[in-house]
Amino acid sequence: MDATIAGFLAVDGLTNGAIYALLALATVLLFAVTRVIYIPQGEYVAFAALTLALLQMGKVPGTVWFLLVLAGAAALAELWHGWRQHRPPAKLLAAAARTLAWPVAISLLAIWAAPRGWPTAAQALLTVALVTTFGPLIYRLAYESLADASVLVLLIVSVGVHFALVGLGLYFFGAEGFRNPSFWDVRLSVGGVTLSGQALIIITASVVFIVALWLFFERSLSGKALRATAVNRLGARLMGISTSSAGRLSFTMAAFIGALSGLLIGPTTTVFYDSGFLIGLKGFVAAVFGGLASYPLALVGALGVGLLESFSSFWASSYKEVIVFSVILPVLLWRSLRDPHGEEH
Amino acid sequence: MKLAFPAFAALMLALPALPVPDFWITQSIYIGLYAIVALGLVLLTGVAGLISFGQAAFVGVGAYSAAYLSTKLGLPPPVTLAVGVALAMLAALALGLVTLRMSGHYLPLATIAWGLAMNYTMANMESLGKYDGILGIPTLSLLGVDLGTGRGLHPLVWAIVLLAALAAVHLLDSRPGRAIRALKEGSTMAEAMGISTLRYKLVVFVLAAVLAAVAGWLFAYFQRSVSPSPFSINKGIEYLFMAVLGGVGHVWGAFVGSGLVRVIEDELQVLLPRLIGTSGNFETIVFGIVLVAVLKYAPDGVWAFVRRRLPQRERVRDWDGAAALPARDKPARGEPLLAVESVRKTFGGLVAVNDVSFRIHAGDIVGLIGPNGAGKSTTFNLITGVHAISRGTVHFRGQPITGLPSRQIARRGISRTFQHVKLVQEMTVLENVALGGYLRTRAGSLRAMLRLERQEERQLMAEAERQLQRIGMGSQMHELAGNLALGPQRLVEIARALATDPALLLLDEPAAGLRHKEKQALSEVLRQLKREGLSILLVEHDMDFVMGLTDRIVVMEFGNKLMEGTPAEVQASDAVRAAYLGTEH
Repeated sequence: MDATIAGFLAVDGLTNGAIYALLALATVLLFAVTRVIYIPQGEYVAFAALTLALLQMGKVPGTVWFLLVLAGAAALAELWHGWRQHRPPAKLLAAAARTLAWPVAISLLAIWAAPRGWPTAAQALLTVALVTTFGPLIYRLAYESLADASVLVLLIVSVGVHFALVGLGLYFFGAEGFRNPSFWDVRLSVGGVTLSGQALIIITASVVFIVALWLFFERSLSGKALRATAVNRLGARLMGISTSSAGRLSFTMAAFIGALSGLLIGPTTTVFYDSGFLIGLKGFVAAVFGGLASYPLALVGALGVGLLESFSSFWASSYKEVIVFSVILPVLLWRSLRDPHGEEH
Repeated sequence: MKLAFPAFAALMLALPALPVPDFWITQSIYIGLYAIVALGLVLLTGVAGLISFGQAAFVGVGAYSAAYLSTKLGLPPPVTLAVGVALAMLAALALGLVTLRMSGHYLPLATIAWGLAMNYTMANMESLGKYDGILGIPTLSLLGVDLGTGRGLHPLVWAIVLLAALAAVHLLDSRPGRAIRALKEGSTMAEAMGISTLRYKLVVFVLAAVLAAVAGWLFAYFQRSVSPSPFSINKGIEYLFMAVLGGVGHVWGAFVGSGLVRVIEDELQVLLPRLIGTSGNFETIVFGIVLVAVLKYAPDGVWAFVRRRLPQRERVRDWDGAAALPARDKPARGEPLLAVESVRKTFGGLVAVNDVSFRIHAGDIVGLIGPNGAGKSTTFNLITGVHAISRGTVHFRGQPITGLPSRQIARRGISRTFQHVKLVQEMTVLENVALGGYLRTRAGSLRAMLRLERQEERQLMAEAERQLQRIGMGSQMHELAGNLALGPQRLVEIARALATDPALLLLDEPAAGLRHKEKQALSEVLRQLKREGLSILLVEHDMDFVMGLTDRIVVMEFGNKLMEGTPAEVQASDAVRAAYLGTEH
């Protein structure tokens, strides 16, 4: 291996690592606030990439129908829940309508806009809006009523959600894979290392987003409310922070992060309906590096995973995934030696 | 009811001889194979509270070992089984050792990674046939009899499943089984009873891996080919789904779950593509949604509904005349027992216990009192090794016990109860008390599965009943601990502590939540224990109770020792009154 190849691999690794970093942050965020270990985080990535690809082809993406099904189910759940609590019908309907309003509105917009050939930036925005809407709906459907369940029950729920989402993804998107065109077709050469425009966009967007996330947690009231919920759920509730709305907000943020990652990764690889799982799990390995608790360590872990992946694809390409997922063992060993008293009850 | 299991076993073993279509024989073999794997998950997830998504990979280890060794090296089935099981054990030990010391969610995460890594390894290794896998595996022949792949193999598969289920039932009703059932309640209580929780977590995880590998071994000879996809992470999740659907807490739930999933999966694979119009793994949608729904609305699974309709059998009382368990030699009255010297505990900047010293002599009842937040429970936790001591020393019967883990301290003869009662809710009162006798008995998991430990088990049950009678709860021994009110639960904790045959008993607020009559009965029990030479240290808020019972009292306030003296001296002390009631300024 010479310096050029090493440079190329490093850039490639850091680019992917930047995306894993976003996903790892979402994982840590969700775990801290809701104690949900959210396996399906990667699904957002695949759904966003596929949505943009279909919009680019002038078709109505399957996301729309997918979203309407979820919104319908959530509205039904709302009605059922309210009916059992003997709420007045007017309030029931209002609650159901509130659940439906935004998903239906954004879906109608997408149906209307799809054949009109909007500029890529507008389609990207629409994609993010569509995919982000999944977050609170999934929270409502799968997790909200289980907020007090144990971490392990929530984890099994997560794999159930993963199964359902992947199956539905196959139904709504089909088995065909898509690769999005690059947002920015340039090649820059910096000191012998070639940088593609897409790589620059990915790295810049990740850095900007991470800074924005940090500002959100440090400066905004909602961010502080989420942090408070993460530290002590009961305490936060006593201070008037609703755990439920904290959960909804964090699921929305995680879906947003997933959608963004999907847009970024779309032009670098062919994405299928089930590609998200592996991408999401790499974010996971990074999050485990940070003990599912530390944002900075998760970041370091993500860059490490990206680099490990690109260098192992050079040395032993068919064992790339084996190497990336096996590395979790030494990481766990390191964590268990560092902090053996991790039990929580 | 007693005949249900033999009847079921006879039916399954004789099924091939009955006029059942080949299709259902094949289905039944699949159900049996799935049930072996799901059984491992019942022990792991339902009983011990650990989760693995990687069981399919262990199945793969068993299957690929059989496939590779029989086709490439022509080795016979017993050898391929031994190799497959050994490899699965090694992998499980390695995964368990790096994850099981930490919080419960690291094991599932590690098993996901393990499942993926194994699957990619199978799919990429030249010698394992890459994505095509290994074809042409011979049929299974044992002792010169060729079992084929259908009606001949069915009895072997079901014999293994049924024996495994029987072994699991035996295990759960034994000394090591109760230790495994206690794991779900966290490690503090189990460790205080002398149980190494890490060891038992490893035991169950390895056991589940072995069951999976055995299923894989059968799978290879049944299908006569292996390829990576049946061992993927999705399949691993499906196994967990079977266990959860059937009833993850019950051995028979594994059977119900694997049967339901196999039959429904088959139907869905035909029905859904026809409904939808294209082919694909659409059954995962149903599985995913059903999994979430089961956890929400019926977390105990389908078997729980069946079980509710079955008569509940009480444990047969078969321990009359059993020999007594070995007892430790007790210290003579007045001998120095516990010496706490300048013990200090800091949590970050907070000094919870500040250089506290006191001594207990054999035969004493010493009270530890003080206002809320005085550091009494922390002191308890320091003596019993739950928290690490920041500074100072503790000696017990002349030996230093500072810094020892709590199960070592339990071994030396200190036993305790907890301020927040820690009983295993799903075990009976008797079984909970039997946990206390853990260190006085020896049976291991293998002997328990083979039922070779029944004599010792009878001794243990006799001891547990004796302790329950001692505190006046003999009539409630078959009750589930979770069904008792708080007062009786505290008494059960005392009986459990007594079953350890302690030299020193630490009681953390034993009278809290007890009615007046119960309190009188409890203080009579404690006096009786004192007459028998037992030494007791107790934290208590009920002053009447403490004053009437103790020889000496240590008063703590804000982490400091305020004073020490006889009950009369403490009652006369202005400092103590000020600590409790405040002072006039």
